Amino acid sequence: MSFWPIAVLELYPVFSWLHDLLASIGLPSAWLQPLIYLLLGAMIFGILSLIALFLVWWERKIAAHIQQRFGPMRHGWHGWYQTIMDAVKLLQKEDIRVVTRDKVVFFWAPVICFVAAFLAYVVMPWGDGLIVADLNIGILYILAVTTFTVISLLMAGWGSNNKYALLGGMRSAAQVVSYEVPMVVSILTVIIFVGSLSMVDIVKSQSGLLFNWYIFRFPFGPIAFITYLIAATAEVNRTPFDIPEAEQELVSGYNVEYSGMKFAMFFLAEFVNMFTVSAIAATLFLGGWNGWEFIPSWIWFLFKTLLIVLLLMLFRWTYPRLRVDQLMEFAWKFLIPVTFANLIVAGIFKYLGWYW
Amino acid sequence: MTESADIGIVFWVLSFVILVSAFMVVSLKNIFHCALFLIMCLFSVAGIFVLLDAEFLAAAQVLIYVGAVAILMIFAIMLTSNLASRKIRQVNENVSVGVFVSVLFALASIILIAQTHIWHYKTDFTPVENSIVILGKYLMIQYVLPFEVVSILLLASLIGAIVLARKERS
Amino acid sequence: MSEYVAVLMFILAGAGIVLVTFFMARMLRPHNPYPQKDINYECAELPVGSSWIQFNNRFYIFALIFVIFDVEVIFLFPWAVAFGQLGLFALVEMVVFILILLFGLFYAWKKGVLKWV
Repeated sequence: MSFWPIAVLELYPVFSWLHDLLASIGLPSAWLQPLIYLLLGAMIFGILSLIALFLVWWERKIAAHIQQRFGPMRHGWHGWYQTIMDAVKLLQKEDIRVVTRDKVVFFWAPVICFVAAFLAYVVMPWGDGLIVADLNIGILYILAVTTFTVISLLMAGWGSNNKYALLGGMRSAAQVVSYEVPMVVSILTVIIFVGSLSMVDIVKSQSGLLFNWYIFRFPFGPIAFITYLIAATAEVNRTPFDIPEAEQELVSGYNVEYSGMKFAMFFLAEFVNMFTVSAIAATLFLGGWNGWEFIPSWIWFLFKTLLIVLLLMLFRWTYPRLRVDQLMEFAWKFLIPVTFANLIVAGIFKYLGWYW
Repeated sequence: MTESADIGIVFWVLSFVILVSAFMVVSLKNIFHCALFLIMCLFSVAGIFVLLDAEFLAAAQVLIYVGAVAILMIFAIMLTSNLASRKIRQVNENVSVGVFVSVLFALASIILIAQTHIWHYKTDFTPVENSIVILGKYLMIQYVLPFEVVSILLLASLIGAIVLARKERS
Repeated sequence: MSEYVAVLMFILAGAGIVLVTFFMARMLRPHNPYPQKDINYECAELPVGSSWIQFNNRFYIFALIFVIFDVEVIFLFPWAVAFGQLGLFALVEMVVFILILLFGLFYAWKKGVLKWV
């Protein structure tokens, strides 16, 4: 108990429940904190797998209905457990290992890819008091750890020793770094109104309903939201920015040579990342867990996040893919100047007090 | 207190990882592996920053060094022609002299540092709450000139990059 | 700082779970490699040479410009957090800071460096 502030226990009911549970079986108190975090990590892994399974199914259904098909229909009502069967199938798939691969790099790439996506959930505010650790640097922490995704994609490309894979990894890295700047600057536009990087502070500063949320709180909120959404779509390599895995030219990009569970990890990380950027958008611009009091806070959070996920899915199935030069020039010649200009204007508005 | 003991263990583990990965960077033959060990080294340094309660610095370390500089290095590696058949030589005939000099230097610095009694790490200092705000105030009030000079420095490096790019293109 | 134990534990939990799933898959899956199966995929052609080849330098150039902007953005963070407690001076400073770098960006644009040819 020595280095666990009591306030944290009171704030987060899940913590105190786990704490009492572990203390009752007589574990030494120094182990409790790491063990609780480990258990929370396992819990969040479970939640994220369920979310990813749902998102895969949802995306397939949306794609199907946009293209006037039915999509998965065989397994259960409207194929609801199709993706569970897919996961079981992937578990039994043979692990094909290319002879010319770089063994160590090939093995660790999917692990790092998943861990990088998973680490963002340390500071994710699922609801009022439902957060693992409210770090002071909250949003900056998420931006920092998710950079490991790029490294893992480069590792996958290099490790496979496949031309498509390496080209996919390189393109992905170039694209992600180009869209990182506008994404961070869009986030900063909100941060100057919050005055803190902590995720809990960000949500608490917009308590109330629609017009207390940052998207409508100052005139340039919608612009920041849109630029963030565009940059985030590019960050997670989704259409219209899916050059790195363009099926028609690169077959599948960095994960061509992966099969079985290793492929599944890349796939899982991709959907977890999509959920992460949507959750950040919901937290920063749409008020996070805030809403009508009679609905639990975590439902609000999930509802808003899934709304943005739906938006990203609609983007994917309605827009054609950009060409690689259009993609890079759009980031550098349009998004970066626009986001910086928006930041300056937002700063002026903040100084003059022209917001509510 | 258990806390300082735990921090001590974490510190030693991190230092070990930093040293081993730094050694790998200068000894491995595959240049891509060197880059990956460099990333590991830089990430562990961020861990040391966290131990020192410098959260912002830790995040900046990861964001800039892992997220930008490491990627730049990997891209630079990809610029190498004939990468596959090329095994880099990390040592030459001067290796024995180099090892001798560096061991001598390390011993000398260890002796000097041990004599000044700062060998013991302290954990009883009071960490600054929300150091980012204080950092921002310092940057904006006390260190305005260095801050603006940084932008000039960045501009100069940007122009350098442009010149480099134009030379490569033509 | 003890909150960062969570980060360490999440790294361990994440990597641990992934490795356990890999191990489970290893128990369940068939293992039948043969030379043809283990050749690199290249649309049913035999791959020519290694894929660790020389890449175009435009990747490098964009990464170089990105590093500069990433450093700039890191400097913006303390400003953004402290801005509520600072006055007009901080705003002007930041505008100058951003404009100097945007000038660099426009210079790069005019010189044609931002073109992905």
